Amino acid sequence: MTTIDRLVGAGVDRIDGPAKVRGTAAYAYEQDPGEPIAHLAVVQSTVNRGRITRLDPSRAEAMTGVLAVLTPANAPRLAGDLASDLPVLQSPEVHYQGQVVAAVVAETSEIAKAAVGGVVVEYAAEVPDVVLSADRDDLYAPEKVMAGFDTDSVIGDVDGALAAAAVTVDATYETPAQHNNPIEMHASMARWDGDSLTLWDANQGPHTIVSDLVKGFALEPGQVRVISPYVGGAFGSKAFTHPNQMLAAMAARVVGRTVVFELTRQQMFSLVGHRTPTIQRIRLGADPEGRLTAISHEVVEHTSKISEFAEQTATATRVLYAAANRRTTHRLARLDVPPPTIMRAPGETPGMFALESAMDELAVALGIDPVELRIRNEPAEDPERHVPWSSRHLVECLRTGAERFGWAGRDPRPRMRTEGRWLVGTGVAAATYPTRRRKADCRISVDGRGRYVVEIDGSDIGTGAWTTLSQIAADALGVGLDAVELRIGDSRLPRAGGAGGSTGLASWGSAVVLTARDLRRRLEEQYGGQLPADGLVVDGGVGGESPHAKTHSMHAFGAHFVEVRVDRDTGEVRVPRATSVYDGGTIVNAKTARSQFLGGFSMGISMALHEESQIDARLGHYVNHDLAEYHIATNADIGELDISWLDEPDELANEIGLKGIGEIGITGAAAAVANAYWHATGLRIRDLPITPGKYFRELGLT
Amino acid sequence: MREFRYERADDVDGAVALLAADPDGAFLGGGTNLVDLMKLGVATPDLLVDVRQLTSVEVTGLPDGGLRIGAAVPNADLAADRRVRERFPVLAQALLSGASGQLRNRATTGGNLLQRTRCGYFTDVTKPCNKRAPGSGCGALEGVHRNHAILGQTLDGPGACVATHPSDMAVALVALDAVVQVVGPDGERGIPIRELHRLPDDDPSRDTTLRHGELITAVDVPVLGFASRYRKARERASFAFALVSVAAALRVEDGVVADVRLALGGVAHAPWRATAAEAALRGQPATEEAFGAAADAELAAATPLRDNGFKVPLARNLVVRSLLDLVEVAR
Repeated sequence: MTTIDRLVGAGVDRIDGPAKVRGTAAYAYEQDPGEPIAHLAVVQSTVNRGRITRLDPSRAEAMTGVLAVLTPANAPRLAGDLASDLPVLQSPEVHYQGQVVAAVVAETSEIAKAAVGGVVVEYAAEVPDVVLSADRDDLYAPEKVMAGFDTDSVIGDVDGALAAAAVTVDATYETPAQHNNPIEMHASMARWDGDSLTLWDANQGPHTIVSDLVKGFALEPGQVRVISPYVGGAFGSKAFTHPNQMLAAMAARVVGRTVVFELTRQQMFSLVGHRTPTIQRIRLGADPEGRLTAISHEVVEHTSKISEFAEQTATATRVLYAAANRRTTHRLARLDVPPPTIMRAPGETPGMFALESAMDELAVALGIDPVELRIRNEPAEDPERHVPWSSRHLVECLRTGAERFGWAGRDPRPRMRTEGRWLVGTGVAAATYPTRRRKADCRISVDGRGRYVVEIDGSDIGTGAWTTLSQIAADALGVGLDAVELRIGDSRLPRAGGAGGSTGLASWGSAVVLTARDLRRRLEEQYGGQLPADGLVVDGGVGGESPHAKTHSMHAFGAHFVEVRVDRDTGEVRVPRATSVYDGGTIVNAKTARSQFLGGFSMGISMALHEESQIDARLGHYVNHDLAEYHIATNADIGELDISWLDEPDELANEIGLKGIGEIGITGAAAAVANAYWHATGLRIRDLPITPGKYFRELGLT
Repeated sequence: MREFRYERADDVDGAVALLAADPDGAFLGGGTNLVDLMKLGVATPDLLVDVRQLTSVEVTGLPDGGLRIGAAVPNADLAADRRVRERFPVLAQALLSGASGQLRNRATTGGNLLQRTRCGYFTDVTKPCNKRAPGSGCGALEGVHRNHAILGQTLDGPGACVATHPSDMAVALVALDAVVQVVGPDGERGIPIRELHRLPDDDPSRDTTLRHGELITAVDVPVLGFASRYRKARERASFAFALVSVAAALRVEDGVVADVRLALGGVAHAPWRATAAEAALRGQPATEEAFGAAADAELAAATPLRDNGFKVPLARNLVVRSLLDLVEVAR
């Protein structure tokens, strides 16, 4: 075996890039099962709450090319206690608008969609309850919030400290509902061979989907195979099973053929989740030097009547700054809305908008530079768990970012800089995201000629995992990239957690490194360092969290500096430039990492200025349910983004020293934009997105 | 999507005859709007007559220095035409502020004029909309209407409608007093563009005064001879419909407004010619104060909805800023 230069850290081109550019990388919808594929289209509820009183599929059934119409009356019964919206077509009850109430299977997609109009459905509907407010009398405290966090945390005497504080901020921030909009719509292609199911599917982790299918169709795990080599973006909406997988499998069983179901863009707004809106009250107390004495963060958000998804919105507030007295709470309203789900950095993304906006307001109230204010409140240890950091370089990110951005000498007063009709301002915010690891199995085999096959059910949802995991494997095996064949995205491969919570590379990479180490040790001990002629197979993996996770607090950090321009005539907002510096531990691939940071931060600009799912309070539906009306930042909205990172491996986090970087970029980004907007205009917008309409509202002109 | 027939005719008269014989048929231009609406079930023609090859793709000069724009001229080509850019910058700017490069390559001049509203209730067949389903009500009136009309709406009754016309190009052409040439079952006619688009009145299902079977063949733009510009305010930098837009042209002599054209987009069911503002300005000093007073005169008639009141000060600012910029250009 030869020793080569480390691949980890290099900007290796995407291994899957050429196939994607050429269009030969087959996504779920594009698979060829070797037989004519039947197409599925769905009839969706037009009411939020009630029950179906009449459902007549006869006109659709009579259409040429229609193979079957599935309804709650005739659909196969699903077994098990499936959660949330997975018991599809099992009951005439309607729980949210857009719920699937019938499904048409036909020879072509066009026929299926046309036949949807031939299904007559009548409802006994009740008035929908879809509006979140902080003064509802039915708010409740969930048992836990997402990712296993405690619902509330209370340390010290917050109210007393606030009353005694020299300077306080008390403000309420709101973020709207938002929808994941990966370019690839959710798609599932199902085929049964006897009692065995194969599903080609767009998801973030095949094993996750398998377990729901096994449950719903009363199968053994070995009877279900989910294959997902390429996924065109996800951002969390593809983390869990949704009705599309259940429906495709159900329909394929009924018609005895391969069935494919791809959602329309409009259906993405009701069937695969969304980010809850939030209402967040933040109270900060500080001494005259800016040292925080109290932090209170109270969150109100929604979930659906049929599932509890409690976004962990205030959890970043538990780790970011020092203060002796602290309180975070989460309260939910159960509304007649589709089940919310994960959207990039659930919790941190809306929560950091509130906290980091409030910190800016505190800096203004104190007359202290907002970078300096954050540095003064840097905690020596985790302020709520009272354990040391595995590594924390937030202050370095702030200082490096300030330097790169040219922060020094900033006039803190608002509305002082103009260029033509533009009001110009700058703002800063911190970023943070937890570093975690999940259990992952792995198998590495080598043949007699030194060809390695690395197998693990990891997922590349556009993140670069095909490439980064190959780099990690090659380094761990001490060979070049061309000696390693990686296999991911298939539930037949050794079990691993999905791409989510920025845990993918930490988990899969650790599993690969540990298995590779074991393989090299065995080669050394059993074969004298030589490759056996008939090869060697080693099964290994990683058990879960880092052994240091209980004794240390593990997080990625970052700092954003943003320049904002606001047209004084129209209130239009532009972000011509920004600097972000990250503490993400070991950076495995300089090129794909940069893309992740860029993408995360751009999504943050999009959140700050554009993204908002507008619900009709009376009719109960998301009105702007397409990409023309649900605005996502375009290229023209993104200026010069200066992305860099500190080169600081976190030796305690995992075998690679990485922190997971898929989500850190979006955290804090919207606050940095809002803070710069205030600096430009003197207007503090506390409810996202920051639209021209709100400019005139704040000026008192509406 | 409903099944439909697809036909091509040999010439304009043939196309008109095909459509005149089919009350549920439609002409197909670039298809950038119609095909989307068909996929959504909003438009349900049983016949599409493809007219893309039938009308001119040329921009030709008119004797008075104006231009005749063939109905099939793609938006991208029109925006790039040197004569358009020199003589009618308001038109080139309006075109380039709309849609995306891909769409502008595909969309035609005639089709652009006939775009339908992007109101979310119109494009969702499960929701009330008097424009799509007369008598079903106006979902936007009390619903999500941040980007809806503030002028000339029908606020109650069976004709209630607060939709806006989405075209940028049409706003510029309204300011330019363009004339739309059509051929129909009863022959040819020229329609002053201000008479093409209509307000909802008691029948929002009709966007225009075109009769069934009439095909737009060209748009004539008379000579202008003074400076013009288009300014569009929107919620993102590209690929967004106007919150408010202004097409303006201004001629100042000795510090006094000698001639002015003003049209607003994003504020009404049709491109809105600001005649009250124009009347208030003629003969007045070309000052910020006079411009503001003129904008106020126009917007006095505004009846904003619960959530779109910001469009009134936004429109005022855009009018004033556009005219001030034109004063600068003239200097």
